[in-house]
Order: sequence, then C-alpha cells, then structure tokens
Amino acid sequence: MNAINPNGWRPSMGEGAPDNAIQTFTGNRALQLEEALIFELGDADRSGVDFPETGGIDMSALGPMARAERPELPGLSEPETVRHYTRLSRQNYAIDLGLFPLGSCTMKHNPRLDEKVARMPGFADVHPLQPVHTVQGALGVINELAHWLIELTGMHGVAMTPKAGAHGELCGLLCIRAALEAKGDPRDVILVPESAHGTNPATAAFAGFKVENIPATPDGRVDTAALIARLGPDVAGVMITNPNTCGLFERDLKTIADAVHAAGGYVYCDGANFNAIVGRVRPGDLGVDAMHINLHKTFSTPHGGGGPGSGPVVLSEALSPFGPLPFTARQADGSIKLIEEEQAHDEHPQAFGRMCAFHGQMGMYTRALAYILSHGADGLRQVSGDAVLNANYVLRSLEDVLDAPFGASGPCMHEALFSDDGFAEGFSTNDLAKGLIDEGYHPMTVYFPLVVHGAMLVEPTETESRAGLDQFIGAMRSLAERARAGDELLKSAPHLAPRRRLDETLAARKPKLVYKD
Amino acid sequence: MTRYFTKDHEWIAVEGDEATVGITDYAQSQLGDITFVELPAEGSEVGKGDSASVVDSVKAASDVYAPVSGKVTVANAALEDQPELVNTDPEGEGWLWKMALADTAELEGLMDEAAYQAYVAEL
Repeated sequence: MNAINPNGWRPSMGEGAPDNAIQTFTGNRALQLEEALIFELGDADRSGVDFPETGGIDMSALGPMARAERPELPGLSEPETVRHYTRLSRQNYAIDLGLFPLGSCTMKHNPRLDEKVARMPGFADVHPLQPVHTVQGALGVINELAHWLIELTGMHGVAMTPKAGAHGELCGLLCIRAALEAKGDPRDVILVPESAHGTNPATAAFAGFKVENIPATPDGRVDTAALIARLGPDVAGVMITNPNTCGLFERDLKTIADAVHAAGGYVYCDGANFNAIVGRVRPGDLGVDAMHINLHKTFSTPHGGGGPGSGPVVLSEALSPFGPLPFTARQADGSIKLIEEEQAHDEHPQAFGRMCAFHGQMGMYTRALAYILSHGADGLRQVSGDAVLNANYVLRSLEDVLDAPFGASGPCMHEALFSDDGFAEGFSTNDLAKGLIDEGYHPMTVYFPLVVHGAMLVEPTETESRAGLDQFIGAMRSLAERARAGDELLKSAPHLAPRRRLDETLAARKPKLVYKD
Repeated sequence: MTRYFTKDHEWIAVEGDEATVGITDYAQSQLGDITFVELPAEGSEVGKGDSASVVDSVKAASDVYAPVSGKVTVANAALEDQPELVNTDPEGEGWLWKMALADTAELEGLMDEAAYQAYVAEL
C-alpha cells in the first residue's frame, strides 16, 4: 500500500522553522489529515462510474482531432472522490466555522432560509432557454428584486445581469460611455481617488477611459477641492467608493456629484460597502448615476474562493436608457415579459448590448429576495446599524494597542482600519496576520488600502455576537502587544497550522504551475 | 556621474546625456520582496512622469515613473530571472533601464541625495 503523498513533497516551511513534530507513517496528525493532489490519488484503471461500451462509434469524423493516447485523468471510486473533497474542505476556513474579518469583503452569515429558497426546484432547476411562460416564477423573482434594489437605492432603473462587483463597474462605465457617445461628447477621463479598489482604475481603463488619481485628505476622505478643481470638458466622470476603503463615509459626495454634473460628467459609486448604509442612505439622493450592488455581500450568498458573485447596477434616469439587456417588465395581465434583442428596438433602443449570455445569477436573485423579504425594511435598517456598531466596537476596543490612522475622523462605518505604527523594529502586519491563524481566525485584509502603512482592515459585519467580537478583540490585543514587545515567536507564526509560514515570495517569483515536472 | 532622485522614489544616475534609472533603497524597503519587474521596451520613448515600468511585490504592484523624458536604450534583463536584485542592490545591480535623455534641463527639478534623504526622513 502506498502512503499518501508518496513522493513526500512538502511546501517549504521557510528558514528557521523547527521540524520537531512527531512524524507519522501517513503524514496525518490525528484528525489533521494530509491530502495528496487528486492526480496523485488512484489510477487510470479505477472509476466511480460504469461507462457504456463505446465500440461501433465511427470516430473518423474527428480526423486529426481524435485522441491517440488516454487522457491523464485521475481515476477514483466514488467514496475516494467524496473523501478527497471532504478532506480538502476540512482544511478550509469558512464563515460557517467562525468570524471572517476580511475587510471590504462583507463575510457575514448567510441565513439558511435563503439557502433553502435557492434550492427550491422551481428556481434551482429551470433553464435559461425555457419558454418564458414556463418560468414566470423565476422571472417574477428577478422583477421583484429589481424593484427592491431600485427602492433601496433611490435610483431609476437597474441592470440585473452583471456577475460581480468588477463586472458591475464595467457595466456602469459602459453606460456612461454609451451616454456620452449618444451625445457625441468626446470626454475620456475618469477620476479615481487613490484609496479606491484596484478594480476601479482597471475598469475605467478597460472601458476605454484614461484614469487620473485624486488625492485623499489627511482624515482619509476624497480631497473634494482637488477633485472639483480637476473637472472640465475632458472629464467623463468620477468613481467613488462610499463608504470608502478607509471605512469612512464620503460626506461630500452630494457636493461632488453636483459639481460633476454641472461640469457635464457622471458619477459612478462603487457599492462594495453598501452593507454599511443599506436602509439608511439612498445613493440616488446623493446624485449617483450608477452603482453596483454586490448581492453576494449584503444580500447573503456564500462567497469567497472565486464565486459566485452577482453585481446588479442601479442607474439614474440619465443612464437607464443605456443599460444592458435583458430587462423584465410586468404586463397589464400580471405576467412578466422579458425584453431581449427582438423587442429592444421598441423598448430599449439605446441599450449598449449585453453583459452576459442569459439573465444573470438566478441562485443569487432568489437568495437576495428571500433575504430582503425576510428582513423587511426595518430589518435592513438594523443590518447596517449593527454592522457599523460592531465595527466601531472593534475600532475603539483596539485603538489603544493598534494605531488607528483615521480614529480621530469620527465613527467608522462598516470596517475598522489599523496601521503597523508602534510595532517593534522588524515586526510587520504580516506577522500579526500569521499569528491570527494560530488563534483560529482567517486573517483580516492586509496591506490594503495602500494609503495606510501596513494596513489591517477589519470588517466584523453585523452577524457577530458581542461574545464573538470580544474573543476576537482579545486575540487581536494579545497579538498587537506581542508585535509591540517584539516577541520573536510571532515572526515565525503560524506554529499550530497544518503548514508553517510558507515562502510567499518564492511562490510568487518561481510559481509551480504543474503538479509534476 | 551625478545621481538625482524623485518624490516617487526613483533614482537617475546621469553621465552626459545618458542615464540609468532605478528605484531607491527606501522604495524597495517599503514594497517588500519584489517578485516581478515589468520593464520598458528597448527603443521606446518615455515622457517625464510617464509610467515606464511596473514593480510587483508581495504587497502591491507599483508603477515606476520616468524621472525625465527620453528613449529607453537598455532594459536590465537580469531582473527577469532575479527580480530580487531590486531588493538586494536597488541602486546598483538592481537598476531598471538605461535611457538617452531628451532634455537635460528636465533634471533641474529633481532632488540631490541630501535633499532626498531629508525628504524620506519626513515621511
């Protein structure tokens, strides 16, 4: 019998890591299981399914495309396959295991009611090419959710299909571009604050605009005077995150929006942090022309690890005509109509095109609508209130041991931002983050936003209890004190994780992209 | 040879109308371990303040701006395999590119070593 991981490969533990743990035959450590790559398990002669005989099929039509050799696919039985992925899942950290303080990501509990609704066969098992009269319920969900998103944001219309935040940004900027082109206006500069998510300038460039940075004020907000001074006939618009990535509310957004509009531009608001203001602030009232809403953040879909995401874009009256197809509309008889290319010349002649093949992320629409309806208007107000309260509790409970660069700028919104100022010589944010792994937490967002040295961005969300927050704060206080005192053990953390500190630099400089040479 | 510095932490060592450009020791210490350097194409024209190169580190990707205008004559090919040279010897072996200057008068707005050290001390 082969030991698991027979070639014995282990990730580099980095220099100075002690190797004094008891070695076992399998490499497992009690219930901490080693797991080989799936290609290293099983063999080509094993299978979890009985395939039908393939004799008698004429392969000549494949010509030179016919495969000469067997593909190198892993061969595993069904239980082996199930165990492989279950073992991997045990090595993961998830919101269902504990607090996940990743700033700017809104990793909050996903109510199980919403999961139940999303799995109802009438929603989960429909196909986007079914005749419209057979999927009236699903279309009704999209239409109802669209109504709610417009209502919550005070906007005029919504493009439902974008598949995540950055996709939504692109949708919004393409709307702005379409609106400018419709007017024959050659503006081509988008202004982006320096604290913006990296996706903002990338999106603007991808949509064909030139990007210019706007500086921040010392209190962590957009420099309104500098932004207004830059406005002119070449500025197509601005992209502003509100609340911003420093966890602060951009109080001047209305002033900025009025100035941008007066100068002939449009305002894109990055809605990544909508969780802090849902039910309390309507971006439409602040003069926003387009904003994406990350349904996977605020409106409960398990996310992280690559998806899924959903980023509907709410649009002002000025931009709504240019939103991408398809749209839904309720007709006089109560049925829902789907407006696609065939009908668009009558109803949406200026739509700039499509963002995806079909109608967007159906499973997230059902979750989002279930979340909204189960919370109700008062519940949604409480969501943002509790999210902001929890973040301020973390901020004020730690600011005596961790530098809070904008602590004097007033209450934070949904997330608390700290810097590495005050750590002992040679100790970094990275050391504290690795120590947090030993304490049993996924680390917070680190080194973002870039405007803060050694940034640590903590977003506790509203779904953590006081007791849960107190435990996290206790762990953070302990780690901050160790970093300030120069505890050398912290520099080699994590000590208790299945892998010690990995050589991230080597992994980036010389990545291994194949499982064997 | 005279060495000048920018507020964006580039250095430029000038000899006649030829110059070598890199990032300062302060810049590399702030960026952390450099993992990849995207170099300008040899023969390309860069304007003063243009983003001419990108330095990736474990923390961030950062633009490197041309301190002055001119034509890139040589890019430091050694960095393709050894980006860590920017960490170990930022103002020597870790240079990024050499260029022919378009206008030596553009050097006048740059800092000398003493002025740069004073500037960094304020940060």
